[in-house]
Amino acid sequence: MEYHSLQTIYKKLFIALFVLVLTTVSTLTLAEVNDFASASSMLSAKKFKEKENAIDAVMQSAKTKEDNARVLYLLQSLLAGDLYYKKSDKMIVVTNKLDGEYFIVDVVSSEKLGVVNKSKLKKITVNNKLRRKLRSYISQLSLENDDPNVRLAAIQNMMGASSEEHVKDIRGKLITEKNSSVKDAMQTLVALIEMDSENKDVRVSALNNLSESLEPKARNKIISLLEKDDAGNYLEEDKDILYAAIKAKRKIDERRDTYAFFEKIFFGLSLGSVLLLAAIGLAITFGVMGVINMAHGELIMIGAYTTYVVQLLMPNHIEYSLLVAVPAAFIVSGLFGIAIERGVIRFLYGRPLETLLATFGISLILQQLVRSIFSPLNRSVETPLWMSGALDINPVFAITYNRLAIIIFSLIVFALLMLILKKTSLGLKVRAVSQNRAMARAMGIRSEWVDAMTFGLGSGIAGIAGVALSQLTNVGPNLGQTYIIDSFLVVVFGGVGNLWGTLVAAMSLGVFNKFLEPVAGAVLAKILILVFIILFIQKKPRGLFPQKGRAAEN
Amino acid sequence: MQGSIFSQIFNERNSQVFLGLLIFIAVVVPILNLLVPADSIFHLSTYTVTLLGKYLCFALLAIALDLVWGYAGILSLGHGAFFALGGYAMGMYLMRQVGDRGVYGNAELPDFMVFLNWQELPWFWQGFDQFWFAMIMVALVPGLLAFVFGWLAFRSRVTGVYLSIMTQALTYALLLAFFRNEMGFGGNNGLTDFKDILGFNLQSDNTRIALFLITAIALAAAYILGKYITMSKFGRVIIAIRDAEDRARFIGYKVESYKLWLFVISAVIAGIAGALYVPQVGIINPGEFSPLNSIELVVWVAVGGRGTLYGAVVGAILVNYGKTYFTGALPEVWLFALGALFVLVTLYLPKGLMGLYEQLSQRYKNVEVKA
Repeated sequence: MEYHSLQTIYKKLFIALFVLVLTTVSTLTLAEVNDFASASSMLSAKKFKEKENAIDAVMQSAKTKEDNARVLYLLQSLLAGDLYYKKSDKMIVVTNKLDGEYFIVDVVSSEKLGVVNKSKLKKITVNNKLRRKLRSYISQLSLENDDPNVRLAAIQNMMGASSEEHVKDIRGKLITEKNSSVKDAMQTLVALIEMDSENKDVRVSALNNLSESLEPKARNKIISLLEKDDAGNYLEEDKDILYAAIKAKRKIDERRDTYAFFEKIFFGLSLGSVLLLAAIGLAITFGVMGVINMAHGELIMIGAYTTYVVQLLMPNHIEYSLLVAVPAAFIVSGLFGIAIERGVIRFLYGRPLETLLATFGISLILQQLVRSIFSPLNRSVETPLWMSGALDINPVFAITYNRLAIIIFSLIVFALLMLILKKTSLGLKVRAVSQNRAMARAMGIRSEWVDAMTFGLGSGIAGIAGVALSQLTNVGPNLGQTYIIDSFLVVVFGGVGNLWGTLVAAMSLGVFNKFLEPVAGAVLAKILILVFIILFIQKKPRGLFPQKGRAAEN
Repeated sequence: MQGSIFSQIFNERNSQVFLGLLIFIAVVVPILNLLVPADSIFHLSTYTVTLLGKYLCFALLAIALDLVWGYAGILSLGHGAFFALGGYAMGMYLMRQVGDRGVYGNAELPDFMVFLNWQELPWFWQGFDQFWFAMIMVALVPGLLAFVFGWLAFRSRVTGVYLSIMTQALTYALLLAFFRNEMGFGGNNGLTDFKDILGFNLQSDNTRIALFLITAIALAAAYILGKYITMSKFGRVIIAIRDAEDRARFIGYKVESYKLWLFVISAVIAGIAGALYVPQVGIINPGEFSPLNSIELVVWVAVGGRGTLYGAVVGAILVNYGKTYFTGALPEVWLFALGALFVLVTLYLPKGLMGLYEQLSQRYKNVEVKA
């Protein structure tokens, strides 16, 4: 046994000696090579230690912007496992694998060398230690990039994977950095690293800096400071640091709560906009004309299907498809509406319950029509690129473009409708007929024509709502049914015949819903709102903003 | 006075025809099913008996709606909710009867609760192993909901379409609620896999016939009760309210209480219809709460002719027969047909088929008199 252990000691000593010699040798070579070509050629070495030195050398060879790009490309390829050397002449190449073939590019000259058989190449492997090093270097190089987004991403990458040696480096860059969000991220990064410092004052001031940051990593770091042991005592012993940490956490949480509040309002408004769009056409047909149109949801559905058809007709111009779909849906749904009014509803004026039943029948027919033409399956409507993505305000609050678009769009539709009703001659006639039909007729207004036009207007707006909804939900035969009850409730809640009431009702129900959701869950929130409206209508049967004057008497 | 109302009912020709037909069916169907051998062309399969029983349940539900819509002018678009609540009460009893014969063999908990890892029976399931308790609940739960809803709605004078939309929102809210697993009513799948009722196997022909007969009796009883209510002084006031609510109020009637009690009675009848429906079809799920079901129910009554009670029954049976036929033979056409039925009946047959029939027989009589 003894003999055996003695042998291992010798073996270990020998290895240690060997490594020592090797490193001295490689440090010597490191001093000699400082240009990119020779540094990169060292990467073909077999030992990881040698590779590490080669990487260091490559890194040091980067002096100008052009060098940076070349070095970054090499390091990234190495990290991704795309870096090989040719077995014949040890030339370092980047490979692009395509369908089993290897296209190779010389890293030094950036010359494309064509397709090479795999057997001629040898991969340059890396271990975990090297990977860490590579990532850190890549981040450092990315910090020099002109694009602030690349710099920001680099900082994000460095968080949690950097050590004190970087602090000085980043501090230096902080002075020259102009982009404020990159600057914030850098400050957070510096503070995060300084948190691990031995010096108490450094840690306290780092904590104060962290309290300004909304970065999740900053908060996690502070929370880890506040951990307790099993007996309930804080693991951190220093009172000053504890105090600073508690203060920082409170500050961060307050700000997070504020932004969470804004986010809920924003989500609520976007939900409210959907409700508004769905209900506003109904506010015309039901609110102004007094017609219970149960087929309203199906007119929305027709608008959504019009969008689908428009996109089928112009598959290469999806970006502009919505611009075409909005007027198209208005016309198609409007024509359907006029047909329904002329064909059925005009015989039923003054008999609301019968109107309800007849229009429900129409809604069933329209649903089955769509099912027969387009199949009962959902159809996918594409979203133009400009509506995807989000505007990042800070790490905890982002505004998605499609929600923003729908809020703006619904308000535009609302404003246009108000203009039509208040400023045009059609609007004047609509109001006249709805207030006193007999008198309006006596003044020479063709009330039948006005009825048809009003109904067409309300239906057309339902079609426009369909275009908007096609961007948010599945387009299927049941699309309309999902919104019909909500739409009626919004109109009734806001006060029949009052468009501003519809706006307020839709937005407040949307926001209310989003505030309830985290507490109660989505389905229960919806149920609670339904119950709330049912009870509210018992208390105020005429809605939030009841009509006053003679028109209210009927 | 009371005796005279009953004699009036039984002297009315339409009631005689209706009750006579009901008794005829109740006698003939069991004979054709149980006594006529299976290979005879006169044999009625158990499937058909169940189907007829289902139609009779729907007819009972239609009578409930006709009471409030035809006589008081309250168009409820949420009567399916009362039907479904009654059905759930019965379903809970049947579920408890399954006992340890479920898939998981738990004597205390129904299968879906074991599946959801529930440890004990929720409080609102207590007592449903007793038939009498479940039967009280069948009437009490829909009645109570109707009472609370009606008390709030009628007192604040929510009328007409507003009331219709509110009732629709009510059944929609219940639909969403019963879809939730946390509610403890089986969620999406509802309650099913029933074994027996009061110890009788639900699959056996005799039980099916018994359920059919009970449904027929309930239908006759509801018809007579409905006729009695509408012909009594209470009913006269109800009709007055339908035709001129303000005038009835000014004369001094408490319009709200009249409407409320009629609404509650109607909801209880709907609940009983649901309770009879569930053991025959063998399942109750949240789909019964869907607003579409409640509106279809309105069509039955509209097609048959409202305000007559027997019209509601005729409409329910005809439309449902049409539905069974079309959904089997031409599924594409069913919604077109139903939709067209809505439109045509409201446009051309405001009094339904019974109104048309009376109009025609009137004209026939006039021709006879002239000749």
